[in-house]
Amino acid sequence: MNVLPKWVDIILIPLINLLLALIVAGIVVIFIGENPVEAMRLLIVGALGSSYGIGFTLFYATSFVFTGLAVAVAFHASLFNIGGEGQAGIAGLGVAIVALNLDHTHWLLVFPLAIIAAALFGAAWAAIPAYLQAKRGSHIVITTIMFNYIASALLIYLLVNQLKVEGAMAPETRRFAEGAHLPFMHEMMGWIGLSMTKTPMNISFIWALMCCVGVWLLIWRTRLGYEIRAFGQSEPAARYAGISPTKIIMIAMLISGALAGMMALNVVVGGFSQKLVNDPIQGAGFVGIAVALMGRSHPVGVLLAAILFGVLYQGGAELAFEMPSISREMILVIQALVILFTGALENMVRGPVTRLFLSLRRGAI
Amino acid sequence: MKLTHIIAGAVAAFGAATAALADPAIIYDLGGKFDKSFNEAAFNGATKWAEETGGSFDDFEMQNEAQREQALRRFAARGSNPIVVTGFAFGDALASVAAEFPDTNFAIIDMVVDQPNVRSVVFNEHEGSYLVGMMAAMASKSGTVGFVGGMDIPLISKFACGYVQGAKAANADVNVLQNMTGSDPSAWNDPVKGGEITKAQVDQGADVVYHAAGGTGRGVLQAAADAGILGIGVDSNQNHLFPGSVLTSMLKRVDVAVYNAFTDGTSDNFETGFNILGLKEGGVGYALDENNESLVSAEMLDAVNAAAEKIKSGELAVHDYTSDSACPVM
Repeated sequence: MNVLPKWVDIILIPLINLLLALIVAGIVVIFIGENPVEAMRLLIVGALGSSYGIGFTLFYATSFVFTGLAVAVAFHASLFNIGGEGQAGIAGLGVAIVALNLDHTHWLLVFPLAIIAAALFGAAWAAIPAYLQAKRGSHIVITTIMFNYIASALLIYLLVNQLKVEGAMAPETRRFAEGAHLPFMHEMMGWIGLSMTKTPMNISFIWALMCCVGVWLLIWRTRLGYEIRAFGQSEPAARYAGISPTKIIMIAMLISGALAGMMALNVVVGGFSQKLVNDPIQGAGFVGIAVALMGRSHPVGVLLAAILFGVLYQGGAELAFEMPSISREMILVIQALVILFTGALENMVRGPVTRLFLSLRRGAI
Repeated sequence: MKLTHIIAGAVAAFGAATAALADPAIIYDLGGKFDKSFNEAAFNGATKWAEETGGSFDDFEMQNEAQREQALRRFAARGSNPIVVTGFAFGDALASVAAEFPDTNFAIIDMVVDQPNVRSVVFNEHEGSYLVGMMAAMASKSGTVGFVGGMDIPLISKFACGYVQGAKAANADVNVLQNMTGSDPSAWNDPVKGGEITKAQVDQGADVVYHAAGGTGRGVLQAAADAGILGIGVDSNQNHLFPGSVLTSMLKRVDVAVYNAFTDGTSDNFETGFNILGLKEGGVGYALDENNESLVSAEMLDAVNAAAEKIKSGELAVHDYTSDSACPVM
C-alpha cells in the first residue's frame, strides 16, 4: 500500500536522507575542528563549480552508472549481484586485449570492439555464478563475491606473468598507443567549438547514458523485461505463468555482468591511465550496489545516484586538497554516511513522512 | 565562487601563475602517508624541511588511480613548486604532466622520467645491501643467512643481489636462502606470510634474515626475534622494533631525497635529471644505534667501513641487478 505521491517517494525522501547524512557529516567535521559550511562549500564547488570539477565528477559517475545499472538489472530479477567488481575487472582484461592488439588503428574501430569485449568478458564472469544459482541453487551472493577474489587473483597472475612490460616494476600493461584512446569530452567539445578543461571524462559517458535508456526499454518495454520483473516479484507465480527460472536467472545475470563490464571501458581506455593496471576497478563495483539501492533500480535514479557519488568522489578529493586536516579516511566517512542514510536507513524517514502525509490527507478531507 | 575562478583560471592559464605560490608539494602513493615505511619516510623528510625552514608544504594521499594525474596537475596548476611524487607507479602520469608544466620542477623517487624539468631519484640499494650482507655473514654462526623479499620485481632482486655479494665477500662459503613473499602488491603487506617464510628459513639453518618487504617485513623481524635469531630491517631504521634482535637496518634515505628536493626547489637550485643516491651521497647505509651496538662487533664495523670506503671511492663496484637483469653470484 503505497500512500505516498510518486514525487515524495522518488525525490523528497532521498533528499531528506541526503540532508540528514550531510548534517551528521557536518557534525563529524566540527569534531575535527573545521568549519562544516566551508567544507560543504568546497565539496560542492570542487565537484560542480567548474568544467574541471564537472569533468571529473562525471568521469567517476560514468563508472558508477554502469555498475549501478548492473546491480539494478539483477535486482529486478531479485538477484543480488555483488560481483560487479570481478566482472568489471575481467572485462578490463578483455578491453586491454583489444586495445593492445589494435592500438595502432583508430578509436572508431577500437571502441565498438572494446564494448563487445567488455560485455563478453563481464557476462562470462557472471555466467558461472548464474549457472550455479539456476541449476544448483548455490546462492548468488556467496558465489559472486567469491568470484571477485578469483577475478582479482587471475588478473594479477596475468599482469605479472603475461602482460607486464619486461623489466618494469609495476604489474601493469604497457601504455596503449594513441589509436586506442577513446576521445575525451574536452576533445569532443573542441569538435563543436566549445572549450572545456582537460579531464578524464570521455565518450564512455555518452555510452553510459545510452545504456540507461537501453535498460529502461529492456525492463519496462519488452517481454523479456516483463518476465524478469515478474520473476523478481514472485518466482512461483512466474513459474506458473510459464516463465523459466533458469532462463531468467541466466539472462538477467548475463546482462548484469555485461553492464558491469562496460565500466572497464571508462577506466582502461577512457581515462588518463590508458593501460590495464592492477585493480583497475577500485571499488566501483561495490559503489554500484549503493547506487542501485539509492536509485531504486530505475535508470534515472541510478544516473542521479551515480552523479551524487561522482560529486562525493571528486568533491572529496578537492576537500582533501583544500583542507589538509581532512584526510582521505574522513572523506570515506562522509561517503559512508551518505550510503548509510540513503540506503540502509531509508525506512527511518519513510515512516514519519508517510504518517505526515496521512494526517495531512485526513486534514484535507 | 571566487576560489573556483582562481582554480579555473589557473588551470586554463597554467605556467603563468607558477611563480606566485611556491610552496612545495608531495603526493603519496596508494599505501598512504602513514605506512611505517616508504611513504612515511617521505613525509618525515618533508616535515623535517618544514621544521627547519619554517616553511609549509602541501600533501595529498591518493584514493584511486585516476587521481595520479589529477593531483599532479592540480598542484602544478596551483603553483606548487617543486612537486615530489613517491614511487614508480607515478612514472607515466608524471611524464605527461611534466611536459604540460615546463616551468614547474618535479621529483620522482624510485623511477626515471626523462623530462627536462624532472629529477629522477634512484637509490643504490645494492650498495647498502652489500654492507648489511657482510654483517649478516659475519654475525652468522651457522653459515646460513636468509633474504625475504616483498613482491618479486627487479627492484627487490637488486636488494637481494647486493646482499648476496656482500655476504659472499665476508664469507665465501656462506649459504644464502632467498624467498619472495609473492608476485602481487599484497606481498608488501603480508606480515603473516613473511613470518612463515622466515620460520622456514630458520628451519633450514638461517640465523640472520634480511627483509626488503615493506609491511611484510614486520612479520619477518617478529619471527626472527621469536626464533632467537637476528633480523635485518630495511628502508627506515627498524632497530628499535625488536631491540637486541635486529642486527642492523639497511637505510634507504627517502626522507633525504624529499628533503633535498624541497630545499633545492625552494632555493632555485633544483638540478634535474638523474639523481643517484648511493653510499657516497649518503642515500643508503646501515643503522647503528643503542639498540644494536651490542650486536655489532668491532671487527664487523672495521670490515664494513672498509668496504664502504672502497665502494665510495669506486674501488669496489657492487653489481646492480637492474643494469642487466642478472646477478653474477646467484
